[in-house]
Amino acid sequence: MWQKLCFMTLAEESPGAGAALAERPTATAEAEDDSFAEEVYSLPGGEGVRWCIQCGICSASCPNVARMEYSPRRTIAMIRAGRRNDVLNSNSPWICASCYLCTVRCPRGVKPTELMHALERLSTRYGTHSRRVSTPAMYRAFVNSIKNNGRVHEVGLMMEYYRKTNPISALRMSSVGLGLLRHGRLSLKASKIKGVGQINAMLKKAESLGGAK
Amino acid sequence: MKVYTYFPGCSSSEGTAVAYGESIKAIAGAIGMELVELEDWNCCGSTPYSSTDELGSLCVAARNLALAEKAERDMVTPCSACFTVMNRAKAHLREYPDLRAKVKECLKEAGLEYGGGVRVRHLFEAIYNDIGFGTIAAKMVSPLKGLKVAAYYGCQLVRPESDFDDPNNPKSLEFLVTSLGAEAVPFAMRDRCCGGSLVIPELDLTLGLLHKVFESAAAGGARAIVTVCPLCQTNLDAYQDMVNKKFKTSYNMPVLFFSQLIGVALGMSPKALALDRGLVPAKKVLASYYSAVAATGGGA
Repeated sequence: MWQKLCFMTLAEESPGAGAALAERPTATAEAEDDSFAEEVYSLPGGEGVRWCIQCGICSASCPNVARMEYSPRRTIAMIRAGRRNDVLNSNSPWICASCYLCTVRCPRGVKPTELMHALERLSTRYGTHSRRVSTPAMYRAFVNSIKNNGRVHEVGLMMEYYRKTNPISALRMSSVGLGLLRHGRLSLKASKIKGVGQINAMLKKAESLGGAK
Repeated sequence: MKVYTYFPGCSSSEGTAVAYGESIKAIAGAIGMELVELEDWNCCGSTPYSSTDELGSLCVAARNLALAEKAERDMVTPCSACFTVMNRAKAHLREYPDLRAKVKECLKEAGLEYGGGVRVRHLFEAIYNDIGFGTIAAKMVSPLKGLKVAAYYGCQLVRPESDFDDPNNPKSLEFLVTSLGAEAVPFAMRDRCCGGSLVIPELDLTLGLLHKVFESAAAGGARAIVTVCPLCQTNLDAYQDMVNKKFKTSYNMPVLFFSQLIGVALGMSPKALALDRGLVPAKKVLASYYSAVAATGGGA
């Protein structure tokens, strides 16, 4: 209970945080999971969670905190409290734009941007990421483009992304797409590099070494 | 002539920021740089890869590093994301011995090896430190006198780490603007985020960020924005119309790459600098500098 109060009263962050609170059915129901904090500490990018002093400069610096279910500071507090499902189901890591403002300002060297990436990888591995975000689908389309071509083919990426998420929403982008096309900024054909085979051989090996689970 | 390995990155080579690549090719020789494109380079992996699969993303970045190492030159990239991601990969390979060992095995599958010896630099930083803005200014044909510019750093030029500018209060891009004779306007949002690739999955969130950037640039009286990042340019330029519709504003702010701004001052033609690729036209804002060139008979 004290944790619940702590999370709520320390809501330094954003007008949006209150609205998001209502959408969290599991936010306060979860039991502590002692292994979760240890698991995060052991990840590249998760080490700094141990050093956090909860000053909140990360949340105060974050341009996207209003759209996050849990602010960066709160996310760190929840990791330490063992709230595995709440953290891994939250939209927060997927809303991080990797602007690194928190990272350069953190007085303890926590590297919250790296932490967000580590949490994205963890929820990708467990398949727990929030259904309320479309970022994972975009990331998958991005990675697929690299696997297929060696480079990112922007048109192909967008087409895969909209096919997998909401094809109707692509309509909203049509004016931007046409504008870019008219100015010769969209390449319709993907160019493939010679080393696609090399890349896939590396990635296959990486998978056998436990890379992508 | 200083020689570098050149890593254009996906968007500047033939994608949405093709004008960046084109204008860099146009100015390189004139400012004393020879850029040798890394042969058969692949995507750096960017944030989407390192956010889903650490080892896979390091492999993808390491292939480029391994190819570049053979050339024994500094590698420069004009893309802030490529710059940050490849330096992140280098740091991870240094700091995590277990990942380094695994990546080494993966590289072996591709017949490659990487010893950690490539310096990856942002093209802007290489021009700042190796060429010098003074040298460029000395070659100016058409100083950009009276042009009010908002110098937009975005994020990943000076963050998370920078060995040439202050991550909390960068100045280098303003130095370029003033060296070229233009005026760098006060611009509070100059190192804030444009949303990057989140523009695809989080469009409304990103439009909000862009709106703040335009608001700040306009408050300082800027007529144009100059950037060092392909994503920043695309977001600010291609989505400007959408920002105007959403926030009922009427921004009409051309967004130039720093290479284009240098080229204009050097008197290079709009075509060579791919200025016509901007969705928000830059013609009107830059017209007087071109007529000055025509009057003196200079220019390319």
